[in-house]
Amino acid sequence: MSVEIKNLSHTYSEGSPFEFRALKDISITIENGSFIGIIGHTGSGKSTLIQHLNGLLTPTSGTVLVDGKDIFETKKSELIQLRHHVGLVFQYPEHQLFEETVQKDVGFGPKNQGLSEDEIDQRVRQSIKMVGLDFDAIKDKSPFELSGGQMRRVAIAGVLAMEPSVLILDEPTAGLDPRGREEILAQIKSLHTQKQITVVLVSHSMEDIGKMVDKILVINEGEVVFFDTPNRVFTEISTLESIGLAVPQVTYLMRRLKEKYPEIREDIFTVEAAKKEILKVIRG
Amino acid sequence: MTMDVKNKMIDVRDVYFSYPHHNENEAVHALNGVSLHIEKGEFVGIIGHNGSGKSTLSKLLNAIIFPSQGDVIVSGLNTKDHQNLWTIRQTAGMVFQNPDNQLVATIVEEDVAFGPENLGVPPLEIRERVDRALAVVEMQAYAHQKPHQLSGGQKQRIAIAGILAMEPECIIFDEPTAMLDPSGRREVMETIKRLNRDKAMTVIHITHFMEEIVDADRVIVLDKGKVVMEGQPRTIFKQVKRLKEIGLDVPQMTELAYELRGEGLKIPDDVLSIEEMVNALCQ
Repeated sequence: MSVEIKNLSHTYSEGSPFEFRALKDISITIENGSFIGIIGHTGSGKSTLIQHLNGLLTPTSGTVLVDGKDIFETKKSELIQLRHHVGLVFQYPEHQLFEETVQKDVGFGPKNQGLSEDEIDQRVRQSIKMVGLDFDAIKDKSPFELSGGQMRRVAIAGVLAMEPSVLILDEPTAGLDPRGREEILAQIKSLHTQKQITVVLVSHSMEDIGKMVDKILVINEGEVVFFDTPNRVFTEISTLESIGLAVPQVTYLMRRLKEKYPEIREDIFTVEAAKKEILKVIRG
Repeated sequence: MTMDVKNKMIDVRDVYFSYPHHNENEAVHALNGVSLHIEKGEFVGIIGHNGSGKSTLSKLLNAIIFPSQGDVIVSGLNTKDHQNLWTIRQTAGMVFQNPDNQLVATIVEEDVAFGPENLGVPPLEIRERVDRALAVVEMQAYAHQKPHQLSGGQKQRIAIAGILAMEPECIIFDEPTAMLDPSGRREVMETIKRLNRDKAMTVIHITHFMEEIVDADRVIVLDKGKVVMEGQPRTIFKQVKRLKEIGLDVPQMTELAYELRGEGLKIPDDVLSIEEMVNALCQ
């Protein structure tokens, strides 16, 4: 599914002394099957933006088209349908677990979709497997006796069980340890390639964004600063720093190395790519 | 009193801790015989994967929980002795992950005053302590603001000021940057390092971000409730393979050095920073 954001503006508490313009005339198109990263400092408008994509917030002006259809011009019943297609995983989604068992919690979405018991069961099994957990070992456990990383996965599985075509994740790795981070990212990546769903990833980790996405949306004070490939975005070091962001450590390294090796490429943002480029330049 | 005891901020002696479970066989053994000590004025980083026992350890140091076996001594006081509780919590302050859970008042300076007020500090002295604490975290300009209008990094600095106003000897930071954006993370790390360097504050910093502790005096690695490695950041991080085996990471520059050495490049194996990598590659 493609998502087209057209001249989207959102003002909180409009007309009151607390009026705050969180989004200002945003227009971008997220292509079907693409993997988009969103970066911006706290308060830049990232969360406000993604909450428009499945109609949780209504724009002050402008609109969002999902597969060509204006989601704010549809009937309420259609909007509910849309939320099944555009799955949103909030920050710290484990805070939203509530059922007695993992199986019931993950099955809550599909149950509300009105699916049959068999279908629900199948989806629950599949999505628990997709997030790298053992269905039989975990299905009867209370979500609250799991570790932080497991809870996070169960919460993500709950959204996957609705089989969304667009998956939006707001900092899915915050607070996880390095291995947990890597595993969740790898699962999101394989979900994207295998199921060809559109993924939108909000993250503060430039390293993760650099590794994962096709295109980065940089947002500052409610406005689009860049919407381009990581190669292009991460070479804009001074602009990024001026809006409270950074580039991956290796990107800084490449810039420093350029003084001695003028031919070295600067559009490098993973350790793997840095290794190749350094070897190439040094070995000549 | 020997010199040794005098300089000891924290002494953890063969500590075990289990979280109870309704089924006794499933009780979680969070710490399995941990011994460590922290000197006054030290900056110690603690790393370990989720569930390794880091947070349990930090709660033991602050006397929020108590060892099932063994002793935790903070500034010469045993946490087991309930009379010591308040002194210990005042001696070892804690800063947590989520800034929103730590701020209680509606005005920044009132929030910072909350701790000393509870300690019964006289009003005039509270005023002085609050001003001093806000100056240390460089937030004086925000004294009359509402905490919820601040950024994540600023909120954490207020939380730190709130601890400083209680005049602790040591601060335990339990993943204070986990929820922050890059600039917030930088602000908080600069504040922590400055406290240690300029104010000689003993700092225990628990984190998943390896870059944050490359300047620490010492790094302690926990795994399955035990101390498995301990030493200077340089000697710890160069053990790339071992750290990866226990689910941890190394700073990006150390990893790159490790990879390049694997390709036969002659560079040191204990590179930690961009500066050192530039030097190694530009000789």
